[in-house]
Amino acid sequence: MTSLPEQATPKRLGLVIDLDVCVGCHACVVNCKEWNTGGYGAALSDQEPYGADVSGAWLNRVHSFEVGEAEQARIVHFPKSCLHCESAPCVTVCPTGASYKRSADGIVLVDEDKCIGCGLCAWACPYGARELDLAAGVMKKCTLCIDRIYNETFEEVDRVPACVRTCPASARHFGDFADPASAVSIMVAERGGIDLMPEQGTRPVNKYLPPRASKPLKDSSSLLAESTEGATGFFAWLDGMLDRI
Amino acid sequence: MHPAYSIIFFTVLSGLGYGLAAVLGLGVLDAAAISTRVAHVLALGMIGAGLLSSTLHLGNPQRAWRALSQWRSSWLSREGVMALASFVPLTIAAGWSMFSGEAAPIAGVLGAAMAMVTVYCTSMIYASLKSIDAWHTNLTSACYLAFSVSGGLVGASFFAFLAGDGVARVLSICACVALGIAWLLKLRWRRRTKTLVPLSTPESATGLGSMGRVRLFEPPHMTANYLTKEMGFKVARKHADKLFTIAVLLGGTAPALFLVGAMLAAPGAMPVMAVLLSGAAFAAHIAGLFFERWLFFAEARHSVMNYYGS
Ligand code: SF4
Ligand code: SF4
Ligand code: SF4
Repeated sequence: MTSLPEQATPKRLGLVIDLDVCVGCHACVVNCKEWNTGGYGAALSDQEPYGADVSGAWLNRVHSFEVGEAEQARIVHFPKSCLHCESAPCVTVCPTGASYKRSADGIVLVDEDKCIGCGLCAWACPYGARELDLAAGVMKKCTLCIDRIYNETFEEVDRVPACVRTCPASARHFGDFADPASAVSIMVAERGGIDLMPEQGTRPVNKYLPPRASKPLKDSSSLLAESTEGATGFFAWLDGMLDRI
Repeated sequence: MHPAYSIIFFTVLSGLGYGLAAVLGLGVLDAAAISTRVAHVLALGMIGAGLLSSTLHLGNPQRAWRALSQWRSSWLSREGVMALASFVPLTIAAGWSMFSGEAAPIAGVLGAAMAMVTVYCTSMIYASLKSIDAWHTNLTSACYLAFSVSGGLVGASFFAFLAGDGVARVLSICACVALGIAWLLKLRWRRRTKTLVPLSTPESATGLGSMGRVRLFEPPHMTANYLTKEMGFKVARKHADKLFTIAVLLGGTAPALFLVGAMLAAPGAMPVMAVLLSGAAFAAHIAGLFFERWLFFAEARHSVMNYYGS
């Protein structure tokens, strides 16, 4: 059924992505592809994998943005995967019932045996979180690693999405947003977690933690090399000599 | 948005087919004329060809029947259901006209109404997408419906001239009025598209607007991907303007002039001339619609491009 669950789902599983911490290493991108190409559904194919014009289906991608002006500008690395929206437009447009939102935990999935590969859901998603697999002709998207998070043969520590498990900077966190006491809920409350494109009315579950304020460049003490004050011994002598030249 | 030929073909042909079928269904043309029977077949043929073409871009067309299941929520599903359902009265009306040479008023009127509902569903596939500002307006549906009607009337005028039917001149006048309305709506649609303030920006897409302006520094991958190919299509503004002018001239001005010529040529001496001119009107209108539909896709920007710096 491509109608959305009528009541709020008892669990709201999703990710918190910390933009202050992400270093843009793309480890989550690679591990997501690695895990999911052998996991749920069809493999994630690549087209011309060894050619100049390589492309393929990925469920998670890292963009890098430059934010602010001139001296205040900074780079923000920005991982993006499906936000498992509460009012997911990608689900309701699906003509076949392949796209659905689970009423138990809110995870948005594609039943690939029903998907005709019309691509309408990818058009409906404002975030670009869905990519058609050109080899299998079915829509691929983040599954929140459903085959890991409920996998009881795994050790507890591994029952999180592949991207979360692999992130060397701990920029990605997994949890239940419906539980106000969960680590992700607390993080979002403390750091002012944000929704992407709230104006699209999708009510994303995933939240982003904004970068912490940085010290403006002009307020930083002058660079060490600019000042020789307090130099002693050989350096004081060298400083004096060089000044005379 | 990438202007996929299969979808352009689908929307143009099925729109025209439904328009023509609707005019035929209302029983305006002489049901006994051979040309009217040909028109019935042509209308169904255009609808069928359009629908077949729409399955060409599917990743798994063998499962297309599944698309009939989600009519409660999906406009694409509704379109599929309506397309199949409207085939019933339209085929009855066409068959009746073909074999008995008489109009089938109940099936015809029902078919005409269902044809318009189907076109409306097609338009809502696009108009319902909030992620694409240019399409997310009632004007999109208005344009699809208006072009379907104008195309149907231009086509019906041609077939009426072919039959030497007296109703041809009335139909031609109606067609000219419909053309005017359709292109005025389209002009409004395009002015809106060109002047609209995007709903989403790189700032809202990243949530970083409070820190200042947001610019793409590095894309996720060096090469194009499904998203940039499917939704990152861009057409240079100067070319788009030229193409739009061509669309108006071919799809609006030329058919109107040809139809006026046909009306003047019609009485008495020059039926052949009237047939040729109205045929040219129909051909020019179809050609113009292909330009119009290509631009409908090519000029629409998807909100995901906020993440790709364009
Ligand atoms: S991010 Fe896109 S694909 Fe994921 S639930 Fe929201 S609209 Fe659907
Ligand atoms: S591509 Fe598949 S999942 Fe997406 S709308 Fe079409 S049938 Fe549904
Ligand atoms: S949760 Fe799993 S599927 Fe989703 S982005 Fe992370 S690794 Fe990929």
